[in-house]
Amino acid sequence: MEITLKVFRYNPEKDKRGHYEVYKVEGTENDRVLDLLEYIKGNYDGTLSFRRSCAHGVCGSDAIRINGRNMLACKTLVRDVGEKITVEPVLGLKIVKDLIVDMEPFFDNYKAVLPYFINNSPLPENGRERLQSIEARARFDETTKCILCACCTTSCPSYWANGNYYGPAAIVTAHRFIFDDRDEAASERLRILSETDGIARCHTAYNCTEACPREIKITRVIGEVKMAMVTGKLD
Amino acid sequence: MTKTHQFDVVVVGAGGAGLMAGLYASRTAKTAVISKLYPTRSHTGAAQGGIGAALGSIEEDKPEWHTYDTVKGSDYLGDQDAIEFMCSEAINAVYELEHMGLPFDRTPNGKISQRPFGGHTNNETGKPVRRAAHAADRTGHMILQTLYQQCLKNKVNFFDEFQVLDFIHVNGKTAGVVAVELSTGELHVIHAKAVIFATGGHGRIFEVTSNAYAYTGDGAAILLRHGFPLEDMEFFQFHPTGIYKLGILITEGVRGEGGILINGAGERFMPKYAPTVKDLASRDVISRAIYTEIREGRGVNGQNYVYLDVRPESVIKYAAMDGRTNLDGTPYTITGEQVLAKLPDIVDFCRVYLGVDPVTQMMPIQPTAHYTMGGIPTNKFGEVVVDDKNTPFPGLYAAGECACVSVHGGNRLGTNSLLDLVVFGKYAGLKAAEYANQTDFAPLPAEAESVSRSQFEVLKNGSGKENVFKLSTELKKVMFADVGIYRNEKDMASALEKVRELKSRFKEVKVQDTGRIFNTELLNTWELGNMLEIAEVVAASALNRKESRGGHSREDYPNRDDANWLKHTLIWSKNGKLEIGYKPVTITKYQPKARVY
Repeated sequence: MEITLKVFRYNPEKDKRGHYEVYKVEGTENDRVLDLLEYIKGNYDGTLSFRRSCAHGVCGSDAIRINGRNMLACKTLVRDVGEKITVEPVLGLKIVKDLIVDMEPFFDNYKAVLPYFINNSPLPENGRERLQSIEARARFDETTKCILCACCTTSCPSYWANGNYYGPAAIVTAHRFIFDDRDEAASERLRILSETDGIARCHTAYNCTEACPREIKITRVIGEVKMAMVTGKLD
Repeated sequence: MTKTHQFDVVVVGAGGAGLMAGLYASRTAKTAVISKLYPTRSHTGAAQGGIGAALGSIEEDKPEWHTYDTVKGSDYLGDQDAIEFMCSEAINAVYELEHMGLPFDRTPNGKISQRPFGGHTNNETGKPVRRAAHAADRTGHMILQTLYQQCLKNKVNFFDEFQVLDFIHVNGKTAGVVAVELSTGELHVIHAKAVIFATGGHGRIFEVTSNAYAYTGDGAAILLRHGFPLEDMEFFQFHPTGIYKLGILITEGVRGEGGILINGAGERFMPKYAPTVKDLASRDVISRAIYTEIREGRGVNGQNYVYLDVRPESVIKYAAMDGRTNLDGTPYTITGEQVLAKLPDIVDFCRVYLGVDPVTQMMPIQPTAHYTMGGIPTNKFGEVVVDDKNTPFPGLYAAGECACVSVHGGNRLGTNSLLDLVVFGKYAGLKAAEYANQTDFAPLPAEAESVSRSQFEVLKNGSGKENVFKLSTELKKVMFADVGIYRNEKDMASALEKVRELKSRFKEVKVQDTGRIFNTELLNTWELGNMLEIAEVVAASALNRKESRGGHSREDYPNRDDANWLKHTLIWSKNGKLEIGYKPVTITKYQPKARVY
């Protein structure tokens, strides 16, 4: 079948502003949008630039807007979105070139929530693992899935309005540690998230949950962090 | 303009091995980690099933058994001193990951959970043993995240989205690397006392692969151009279960949980090929079995695929036939919910890419190019060695998939890649820092970046008669068809000729993008240059080895030939010609014998 892609183009070294180019590609309904972009780059215009690596939805490189929604180009098939496809960079981060945005502010927000395991108590004397129950491990399983693709954060109206807001992805990371019963810095993370640019800026628009290619129920996750902040309990 | 930086140690690559090396080196030496991807995008994150270690969380296990299984899995080409070292380090390595916060799945009594995996056995009974420590089916993802997080905690210096281009050495001593900053196109010289390559494999030279686009063999190709040898490049692993046509990995953990392989006639065929461990034989054995079924007309609907079946009713039926039991002796069972809980990403992949629900339908699979067993020769401390006497090159280290220690020999066991990168990444980091603290900087040569600059100029100023995408497609097709699972003299010779033709046509490409900012076309073209050089070396090494061993299966030499070929291949590129030499295999406790599963 013939697939029509309307692709946002912007070359910072030439263009004052972005524009769209239309490409027609022969493909099948099982092609990934990433396959089509690769084909365009390889055969029509080598200058088309986008990030990609694993090509099966686990590395998080190729978050873009497809027909107005944030998705991973490698995890979206023609049969999911139809034969007319509009491809644009995600919103809320500065466009660097074509579909590539500046990811630094996104990672800065990630780094702000102490995104690492903290436990200063002595290790078990036998040198083995800290024990953890199946239930305690399951408590934060959902948020261990995050691949930092930024689909959620760049779909969030509060983040568009204020780039200082940590955004859903950073809160997902915080949740992963806050609810891990081996970690000892939950209160510090909750304090960080209670700041002006923290969790209060979430207005439960639900966009993040709909955008997440890992199907993390982000709005609920944020709700759990809000609850912990209010009650001081980590149930 | 070129920017110059100075670090004691520079690590190239930020997957599991690079992050582990960076974490350890930075404890005592000023260290930088450069990576062409954001670290969390690295291919370690795609590893699924588990990391092997004889923890004995659930049942008796010993590092000695893990060692023997790995030696046997390697088809006796692995160096036994290095394998023994890795398998004994494994236990502390996994506990250390847990101490860093890695969310392993747990047993009912709170220990790290373990599952069976191909080729891992109880050496007394010969039955599969639960040795793969796992975090659902995203163990690599959790290792990558945890190590990156620990690096942030320990303030490791990262240069994200910097592509390495060249290795700098002066008078037989390491002096640093050249890299390009993708966001600006600027060249950077990183002056360093020690360099650690952790650049991953080169599976992208094959058409059907589980590997990321980033897997273009950059580190190995750079060293090859500098006259360093590569080791055992003919050994490449084809994982039995890739999604049909796409090559996306379906973890061996599916079979660990009781999944079985079914041919087009609806028969379970692995008992014919591996009577004892059946669907949990090692990967080379299963990939060949699948191909044999397909060749003999038992693919599904006459096509090049078979089924992987993890539907609960099938698992329960075959587990009963095999006499598989739970720990309490009751018959092994599984429910649809358990499949979902234990293999959530696999279920997701199948739904997204195949429209198939593994709980109720069988998955169409075919072998997929998966893992580079060969690579940059190192000793067990990650020191790069340059000859058959294992002479180290001062200040140069390699770890992870780009390195060949060799612990995987002719065929890697599942779960040993994550183990390899954690153990040898750590030692490469420690050794590099130790070396850097005892030596002075080698002086930088004038215009250290000039080779890289001229490589780019050539790619930008070619005739444009040839198209990069087309060359790349032709390369992948010929390598998969003729230097794939089954090999023979005639096909490999023509493949080698074809790769050389592609190499010469590559001189006629022209990069259209003249910009500096994120010139991904220039970088991808440069990567293709690496892939062509690596593919030539793979094909030439494979053509040269006249026996079948591990992942190297020759139709014209179907048997292992220990009398003539129990040795490592070393291959050099000298003045545009390849030269092949050999290195003895280190054998300590286990004399080679027939390999039966």
